[in-house]
Amino acid sequence: MSKSPDIIIIGGGHNGLVCAAYLAKAGRRVLVLEAASQVGGLGATREFAPGFRASVAHTLPQLSRKLVADLALEHHGFTLAAQALPTVALSRNGQHLHVADGRLHGGSAADSAAYLDYARLMKKFAEAINPFWHKEPPVPGSGKFRDIATLGQFGWKLRTLGRTDMRELMRMIALPAQDLMDEYFDSPLLKAALSWDANVGSKLAPRSPNNALIALLYRMSGDLTGGLPMATGGTGGLMEALAASARGHGAEIRTGSRVARVIVEKGEAVGVALEDGEIIRAGKTVSNADPKTSFFKLLGARHLDIQFTHRIKRLRTDGYVAKLHLALGELPAFTGLERPEARLILAPTMAYIENAYDEAKYGGYARELPMEVLLPSLHDPGLAPAGQHVLSAQVQYAPYAVKGGWDAHRDSFLETALDNLQRYAPGIRDCVLASELLTPADLEQQFGVSGGHWHHGEFALDNWWMNRPTYGASQYRTPVPGFYLCGAGAHPGGGIMGAAGSNAARAILEEK
Amino acid sequence: MKNRYDAIVIGAGHNGLTNAAYLAKGGLDVLVVEKNDYIGGAAVSRELHEGWLYSNCSYVCSLLRQSIHRDLDLTRHGLMIVPYSGTTNFSRTGDYIAEYPDHAMQYREVRRHSLRDADATHRYNTDLMRYARLIRHFLLRTPADPTSFRPRDLGELMFMGKKFAGMGEEQVYEFIRFMTMSAGDFLDEYFENDLVKTMYATSSIIGTALGVYSPGTAYVLLHHVMGDVDGAVGAWGLARGGMGAISNAIAGALREHGGEIRTNAPVQQIIVRNGRAVGVALEGGEEIHADIVVSNLDPKRTFTVIMDRKDIPGDLRKKAENFKIRGSSGKVNIALTGAPDFPSLPAGHPLRHGSFQFLDSMERMERAYDDWKHGRWSEDPFVEMTQSSMWDPTLAAPGNYFVSCFIQYCPAEVEGGWTPQKRDAFGETVIDQICNYSPNFRELIAHMEVRTPYEIENEIGLTEGNIFQGELTIDQLMFNRPFPGYSQYRGPVKGMYMCGSGTHPGGGVSSACGANSAREILRDLRRPNVVPEDDVDE
Repeated sequence: MSKSPDIIIIGGGHNGLVCAAYLAKAGRRVLVLEAASQVGGLGATREFAPGFRASVAHTLPQLSRKLVADLALEHHGFTLAAQALPTVALSRNGQHLHVADGRLHGGSAADSAAYLDYARLMKKFAEAINPFWHKEPPVPGSGKFRDIATLGQFGWKLRTLGRTDMRELMRMIALPAQDLMDEYFDSPLLKAALSWDANVGSKLAPRSPNNALIALLYRMSGDLTGGLPMATGGTGGLMEALAASARGHGAEIRTGSRVARVIVEKGEAVGVALEDGEIIRAGKTVSNADPKTSFFKLLGARHLDIQFTHRIKRLRTDGYVAKLHLALGELPAFTGLERPEARLILAPTMAYIENAYDEAKYGGYARELPMEVLLPSLHDPGLAPAGQHVLSAQVQYAPYAVKGGWDAHRDSFLETALDNLQRYAPGIRDCVLASELLTPADLEQQFGVSGGHWHHGEFALDNWWMNRPTYGASQYRTPVPGFYLCGAGAHPGGGIMGAAGSNAARAILEEK
Repeated sequence: MKNRYDAIVIGAGHNGLTNAAYLAKGGLDVLVVEKNDYIGGAAVSRELHEGWLYSNCSYVCSLLRQSIHRDLDLTRHGLMIVPYSGTTNFSRTGDYIAEYPDHAMQYREVRRHSLRDADATHRYNTDLMRYARLIRHFLLRTPADPTSFRPRDLGELMFMGKKFAGMGEEQVYEFIRFMTMSAGDFLDEYFENDLVKTMYATSSIIGTALGVYSPGTAYVLLHHVMGDVDGAVGAWGLARGGMGAISNAIAGALREHGGEIRTNAPVQQIIVRNGRAVGVALEGGEEIHADIVVSNLDPKRTFTVIMDRKDIPGDLRKKAENFKIRGSSGKVNIALTGAPDFPSLPAGHPLRHGSFQFLDSMERMERAYDDWKHGRWSEDPFVEMTQSSMWDPTLAAPGNYFVSCFIQYCPAEVEGGWTPQKRDAFGETVIDQICNYSPNFRELIAHMEVRTPYEIENEIGLTEGNIFQGELTIDQLMFNRPFPGYSQYRGPVKGMYMCGSGTHPGGGVSSACGANSAREILRDLRRPNVVPEDDVDE
């Protein structure tokens, strides 16, 4: 880039790319600096064994058509390999439950009927809350009209749910997943599967209050309100399209460029210094990194007041999910399942999930690990050599700060995970050609995410909306003029959604 | 016997008595019916062993609203609250950490364990007290219905908004966080030392089926410091003569205003005719009539046991069945023939008169909860041992002592159901825990009463033995307590009301639920309000 950029974006994760694309589209000169050799961060598709590729984030429940249209992603090569994967609650004896196209299949009559009520109510809630994921959180005290308006609109949305449902929302928002499920369903298997999305990615379990509903609604924020699409080429396919769109609008993206620090002069961010010593100046600097990294490693606490640094320091950023990638020589046979095309939840009961969590609370891990399993290559053969397959699984709970450190435990955790798979797919071990286990510690080390936390910081009511990451930075602007956040640590949070990136872009464009 | 009154209150617990006292003060002809042969519900003093007076359920007092204490002139009716202080948490290392009411002493004590934490105590106390002062505004008020457009509800919402905003914007955000987070996470933000955290965390699980790291327990912690003794916010006291003294004093006020109490009068059903409550039917078959019927029983019992399915809306029945009222606490009340020795504390140390706790790490607190989750009582239980008679000599003869032990966790149901053997095994677990720190404790025991949730439910009628008449989680607080749409003390049929701890502001010997309920009843009857509406902080 001959002339110095207007805006530097630190980190080419999906939010960074979305932010870049929108800013470039609006005519700003944008430079994205990505430390890794490829863009996409946790959404990048990487080769983990010769010919086998997978991405840490493997589905796109929160993808919105608006984003795809705004950035002409289809024009830039984005296609879906799968529209809306059903979810299968896998049972060891083959009596599986299928949740597909808004219905429950294979369950009792009572559960099937209850699921319709449950799905209707959840959809209604999700649609009421949806606009607010794509808006800047309000700061009531600002006195700004827009903030008051957002709050007013929120109140209005609640009231227009109707009295009964509004009351239910205000009650259910605090329910633990377990109580929520117990109120609706009988089947332990179904309850476990439906409670999965309420806790995955956080240090919470079915019995933890104050998080379940909001997490469930967040995962329903996409157009398919809960359906699970998959990108062709893995999630990396979407990342490439985002990068292409950004470039198409004139943004420059430099990979292999690790930012050492943000340069602050006279209390304002004026650019960055790369690790190789290069200095790049720009009017605005935007960080796609998590808040702790952004404020402590890149900016430096000395530029912030002590109250603010305390509020960033206290963010809970320890990740509890490990990512497992298996290269399979042939398609494994899951007991009682013809083709494992759906998203498979391996958790017989909510207690099973809770027990795994209990071990992790104390820095250990259970012998029985709940998992979400996907075989992306069934929908996207390009991810594996012909006739062979990729298995991609989220495994809970793997504490970031495991006692003794992960180097001492990685192998036995992997074995434990394989044992669990073996229970549902006897013989799967024989299909395994190669494997990759990414513990939270690995995610931190390889992707630079504090604690290896998906959401850059716990996604819970106490760290939500105007409290995300904390007041004083909840509107993407930070206490340091010229320095902005656009990552998952900001509202609304993680997941391949891009809302943090687009909201940040909007906020930045408002600045002169 | 008289069978027609203006109002009948079911259950002579402290809230029922308070409710009745105010209805009587408001000019109604009131009858309180109680199933047991004694009054007080869970606020009682009973001589369960000759020469020893037991506060065998609730054992300390702080939430009792000062304005009610004064307004009903409870002191004249014999109530005296004796402040007590000094809680010691023993550590397995032989060390301990103690909670002192005096800030300077507290600072020095915490400093023994961590200088950083000692400095943090100031910030911690200031923040917690700020939240306590905020909450206290709402204790003696009826929660607004946020779905209603009635001027009264909008006005109440305005009042809340004002009080919130009054904290300053930053504090509004902090308060929202606080209300939704776990006590463990909250304490981690202030303290580094495990023993220090544990000392403060103990209040966050009392009576609660959650662990110190379960979101929502920060509020439970607040619930235990928002009370006061004579205006000293956060202080705790004992009722001289045992907790029954509170019930008796309120009963005295009730009788003075012309109210009546009938014991041994278990209610079978609330009688409903053409959509309005007209009285109660006792188990003997006797009917007593009144236009106002108030239930002091917990919401689950009220709507699934003493009200007929056909008399209430179906959705309410469902709400009552889903109501979270989980048994998680046990009680062991002990008569001692001498003062127990606690070698960690030098003889004559003032802390020896205080209360004792025996867990020294957040992990042990959390593991105690894990046991409960699996349907077992905690093998390494949290025990709060209060030496009541050290502060109140009326409970035992000189040289003898009464100690009250409160235990988390003890499940309402154990595999194969509770039996006397299992109950005693639970009791032994508690005594063992104490003996780890007091070698001579066991030989001093003259008599002990072990109560699991099973005993508590069957004797007092608290479903699952839940001491708060329902979990104190956000889904069951303020306008959600006991259920959304029923938070203003009115039941589903005309003339039927609720006044127990299952209503706002929740559990604890506060009298607030009964008082708020009486205010609403008098309002419906278009009678002048005689119930205090605010606290005495300002």
